[in-house]
Amino acid sequence: MKTVITSTGNNAKSNFDLRFGRAAWFCVLDEETKKSTFYRNEQADATGGAGVKAAEKMVELGVSKVVSGDFGPKAKDLLEKFNIQMVIIQDDRITVKEIISRITKSK
Amino acid sequence: MKIAVASGKGGTGKTTVAVNLFHILSTKHNRRVQLIDCDVEEPNAHLFFESKQVGPEHTATQLIPSIDNNKCTYCRKCAEWCEFNAIVVIPPAHFAEVNPSLCHSCGACLMACEYGAITEHPEGIGTIRNYDPGNKGILTEARLKIGSAMQTLLIKKVKQQAMNDREVIIYDAPPGTSCPVVETVADADYVILVTEPTPFGLHDLKLTVALLREIGKPFGVVINKAGLGDRKMYAFLSQNQIELLGEIPFLRSYASLYAKGEMLRHIPDNIAGEYGVIIDKVMAKGSGR
Repeated sequence: MKTVITSTGNNAKSNFDLRFGRAAWFCVLDEETKKSTFYRNEQADATGGAGVKAAEKMVELGVSKVVSGDFGPKAKDLLEKFNIQMVIIQDDRITVKEIISRITKSK
Repeated sequence: MKIAVASGKGGTGKTTVAVNLFHILSTKHNRRVQLIDCDVEEPNAHLFFESKQVGPEHTATQLIPSIDNNKCTYCRKCAEWCEFNAIVVIPPAHFAEVNPSLCHSCGACLMACEYGAITEHPEGIGTIRNYDPGNKGILTEARLKIGSAMQTLLIKKVKQQAMNDREVIIYDAPPGTSCPVVETVADADYVILVTEPTPFGLHDLKLTVALLREIGKPFGVVINKAGLGDRKMYAFLSQNQIELLGEIPFLRSYASLYAKGEMLRHIPDNIAGEYGVIIDKVMAKGSGR
């Protein structure tokens, strides 16, 4: 199963990004292999529709769960349509690595 | 003559000035005037009149594309061409959809599609109404549908309601300096900027002056609520050689009439006189053209 964690930077030491559509990076964690890959969010600076495009990206990446600070209504609609679970954490002082370890430990 | 009343800062008195000019031009100067409320997100000019709606209500529409899944090959070309991220195409899921709230009806996706899978259909963005305000003038307003982002298109459509027999058309602009304001002033012969003599009023007036200078519109300034704040506004106007058309003094009694919706029923003499001066100055700009 793949999970995306929104990230402010391109590695696991980066802080968690509270924004979904305008997150700087997406960290894709493969929960089986525990490998994580970082993708730059090309739409972070879009004038509009960033959330929809981010949701589209999630479907393309084949993820089943997204961890972010919040989700806008248009992104939410699309994620729901594709049965992608949304997990909200509202703490931007934690790193992506800490979220990864929470996910992998709970297994 | 087309006159736009704009401000930059909200709450300076654009509608107050627009409504007074409209009323005084109609009643005292016997001009055939139409006031078009271009503040489509919150049209409120009609509140100052005991106005009756005349004629039918029109629905303004925009063309929204829809994608036929039987013809779509999920090539993503339309989504790539869309400047507004309004199209979502997910090829493996055979998913292609247009998000109407992001669509600006530019038509690019129709040009992009090589398979004839995209067609357009009209969708409402707001309503347009005409009122009889009881002063021989005509009042027209547009009201944007909640959630629609098409203010600019709706402003374009409400301005098409301008009547040929009118000598003066007044546009009451929305606040700010963005696209809706540019659209409102685009075909105006003259712009009246309403401001207040406060640091906030001055800050936003500077932005609006820069905008009007860039698009080359003639304009002058009306200071509303004169007597409040400080003198920096006056210094800015004289340093930049901007014409001060008039000053409406701040009067608590006038503000309370406004709050009761009775502003036009009891216009104090000194204020009516000031509007008379503004009207003479502005109308002279029109005849000099």
